[in-house]
Amino acid sequence: MSGLDELPAGRLEERMKEKAPLYSRGEAITEANRCIYCADAPCVEACPSDIDIPTFIHKISTENVRGSARTIFAENLLGASCAQVCPVEVLCAGSCVYNTWGRPPIEIGRLQRYATTTALTQDPALLSRKKRPATGKKIACIGAGPASLAAAGQLALDGHSVTLFEKRRVPGGLNVTGVAPYKLFARDALAEVEFILALGDIELKTGVEVDDAAAKRLLTDYDAVFIGIGLGPDSLLGLLGEGVVGATALIEQLKLDPTLTFDDVRTALVVGGGNTAVDIAHELVLLGVPDVRMIYRKTESVMTGYAHELVAARKHGVRLVENRAPLDVVRDGDKLAGLRTQRMDAEGEQIFPCDLVVMAVGQSRLTGLAAAFEGVQLDDKGRVVVDEATCRTGNAKVYAGGDCVNGGKEVVNAAQHGKLAAAAISASFGAQ
Amino acid sequence: MADLSIDFCGVKSPNPFWLASAPPTNTGDQIKRAFDAGWGGAVWKTLGNPIVNTSSRFGAVNYGSTRMMGLNNIELITDRPLEVNLREMADVKKNYQEHVVVASLMVDTKAEWHEIVHKVQDVGADLLELNFGCPHGMCERGMGSAVGAEPEVLETIVGWVMEVAKVPVIVKLTPNVGDITVPALAALEAGADAVSLINTVKSIVGVDLDRMVPYPVVGDASSNGGYCGPAVKPIALHMLGQVAHVFPKPISGIGGISNWRDAAEFMALGATGVQVCTAVMHYGYRIVEDMIEGLNDFLDDKGMASAMDLVGKAVPQYKNWGELDMNYHVVADIDPKSCIGCQLCVVACMDGSHQCIHIPGMDDTEKKRRGHVVFPKNVPNIAATAAGAKAGARVPWVHEEQCVGCNLCQLVCPVEGTITMREQRKAPESITWNERVMAGTDLVPGGLDATRKARGLDAE
Repeated sequence: MSGLDELPAGRLEERMKEKAPLYSRGEAITEANRCIYCADAPCVEACPSDIDIPTFIHKISTENVRGSARTIFAENLLGASCAQVCPVEVLCAGSCVYNTWGRPPIEIGRLQRYATTTALTQDPALLSRKKRPATGKKIACIGAGPASLAAAGQLALDGHSVTLFEKRRVPGGLNVTGVAPYKLFARDALAEVEFILALGDIELKTGVEVDDAAAKRLLTDYDAVFIGIGLGPDSLLGLLGEGVVGATALIEQLKLDPTLTFDDVRTALVVGGGNTAVDIAHELVLLGVPDVRMIYRKTESVMTGYAHELVAARKHGVRLVENRAPLDVVRDGDKLAGLRTQRMDAEGEQIFPCDLVVMAVGQSRLTGLAAAFEGVQLDDKGRVVVDEATCRTGNAKVYAGGDCVNGGKEVVNAAQHGKLAAAAISASFGAQ
Repeated sequence: MADLSIDFCGVKSPNPFWLASAPPTNTGDQIKRAFDAGWGGAVWKTLGNPIVNTSSRFGAVNYGSTRMMGLNNIELITDRPLEVNLREMADVKKNYQEHVVVASLMVDTKAEWHEIVHKVQDVGADLLELNFGCPHGMCERGMGSAVGAEPEVLETIVGWVMEVAKVPVIVKLTPNVGDITVPALAALEAGADAVSLINTVKSIVGVDLDRMVPYPVVGDASSNGGYCGPAVKPIALHMLGQVAHVFPKPISGIGGISNWRDAAEFMALGATGVQVCTAVMHYGYRIVEDMIEGLNDFLDDKGMASAMDLVGKAVPQYKNWGELDMNYHVVADIDPKSCIGCQLCVVACMDGSHQCIHIPGMDDTEKKRRGHVVFPKNVPNIAATAAGAKAGARVPWVHEEQCVGCNLCQLVCPVEGTITMREQRKAPESITWNERVMAGTDLVPGGLDATRKARGLDAE
């Protein structure tokens, strides 16, 4: 079971429309034919998972859709979700030669979604049919988010047995619980999990927390361990109590919990200037909150959130308030009344009345679990230290990837880690 | 304003744009609408004994996002009663006296030819066009291209027509022959006043891989059809050029003409006027506005007062290969101001030509890996300066000493004008292959011993 039955009806994300719906065949072929099939293409250079983009697009144009999907999956087993969640504007499409030409770049994300979705609809066993014979090797993946899924899928295709340990009841990690719904719905993310699980001998154990003792057992029971545990809970900067929530926790609720409503919220403040902040602000405004403001301690020019996402959020009504750092919440009895902020561009404080404060200022690191494995080291920011080419940690049997290694990047970066680790793990067996 | 009117065998047409005999000229109503839109003339859908058609009838070749770059059909001549067509023809002629109506004809016996020629002349047809071109269906009944491919039969039938013709006679030629000048000269011999070419090319446009039936599908089978549209233009131009060299009377050009530029090219290569079908089937009669406007502006730009001045202008420059100047040489130039860095020129030159376009900043090992065989010392590091170019982007560089001047890079470059071919003659004087043969300098080193022996030379 992949957890599809964990998605009850009535969740807020169901109210949202997809930003980039699945192309029809005609739309896809027309767009694919616009691609000029560059050699040494800059889009490939820009892709963190090295997908041969001109080739997969060319194959769409010749109606070789399964071949197109094979080209994508050969480099990225999460090609379907990456097609929807990748910030193509700053990656492949942002590097398209059409930009140099002063023309709109190729819709690479939408073409990738078309190829992967269409091919798997036509032929669900597209990849699993070609899996290698069983090797008898066993690998444990801790966490069932993008990094672990990418690793598990490839390891299974290589003939190994994989067990995924996921502490939530639902697998998929941020693809299911954290991605803005207008980019990717939870049900589509779970469909991708189903696809990965069907690639070979993969067992999924949900609701399982791996503690120190369990970690030690994994090292003896399995031939290799992959750590893909992501990040910890939202930082709240000490602001506590009713009306104050963490951004990723709120997004998870919005995607999974049918009881969540924003009916009583007139003004929501989102504290932060990163992509999670922009996403939740955008989502709140789309869900009908009349007044959504981002509270950011610096200025727009240095924001880490993507400019194109801020433009899209503003189009729907999100406002950005610069140069305000949160101090504490103001309460009317128990009820949240406002957020007191320090002005960063002038003397003084300012109180913003509000009904909801969403903290999007980063997530804590899950340092404890990684440290439970002997030889695994963390850097000064709490990130797991790995070899860049193999994702191997200081313990030769232990590999790691995704947000717990890079501190929080895109799904495609996690997928790339999973791929590299799987290749290194399979190679290590071959060498024995 | 140039004079667009033409004189075709003494018949005046307000412009050189006629509709070819095909579905767009099936009825009088259609032809009236076409004349209203601006077409100068129309060749009526071929008349004869009415036939029965199949369904479906058309198949197309799409290329990339371009629909119908080639069209094929298995439709036969008119399926309407002769009586109806003749009545409508008389009506069109009565109402559109400035326009040219050509009666396209296809029948079998001498008596039939005589009867139909009389009948169309009686209703006012300005010219006759003998359909000896249709390569499907009718040829199985001994008509159409079955006539066009047999010069003796063609000559005989033209002879029958000339016995009763009071208006000029055009013979429409099929391209489904080895040498197009043979039927053209046969028509001339028989006294025809003009030829028109090309009719459609015998074709199968594709196969339905699920049903294992070629297109267009008729139940559980198909048949070869006649191919036309933009895809056949190069074949038509070649045949036109050949005929223009040997045929001293007017030629009506046909084959993939879709716009004023195509028309101008056909006229430059010897056509007095042109006939259009596929482009109208795709976009409608309205395209003639662009053709009239475009040709007019073109003639003005070139200082030609009349469309007739354009006719045949390029014919002398269509020569045999052996007459070309071998000292003419061009090399490719890539403009850093507009290069977008797609490197299609690099890959095309590497795999499809002479491996002479280099990407700056590579060592000889990398160059060798990619396929270079000559390693110039200093590949200049030219920065791309197009408006949207990324910092650090480099422009491919053409190694001129190795460039054979083939044009391939210019042809594949998606950005018009970025790659130009610069003239760099090998020598000021001209030398043709034929002249080398005459001078005995045509033997290139590295050939066969038998050839040298035959020339009375020692083996190398």
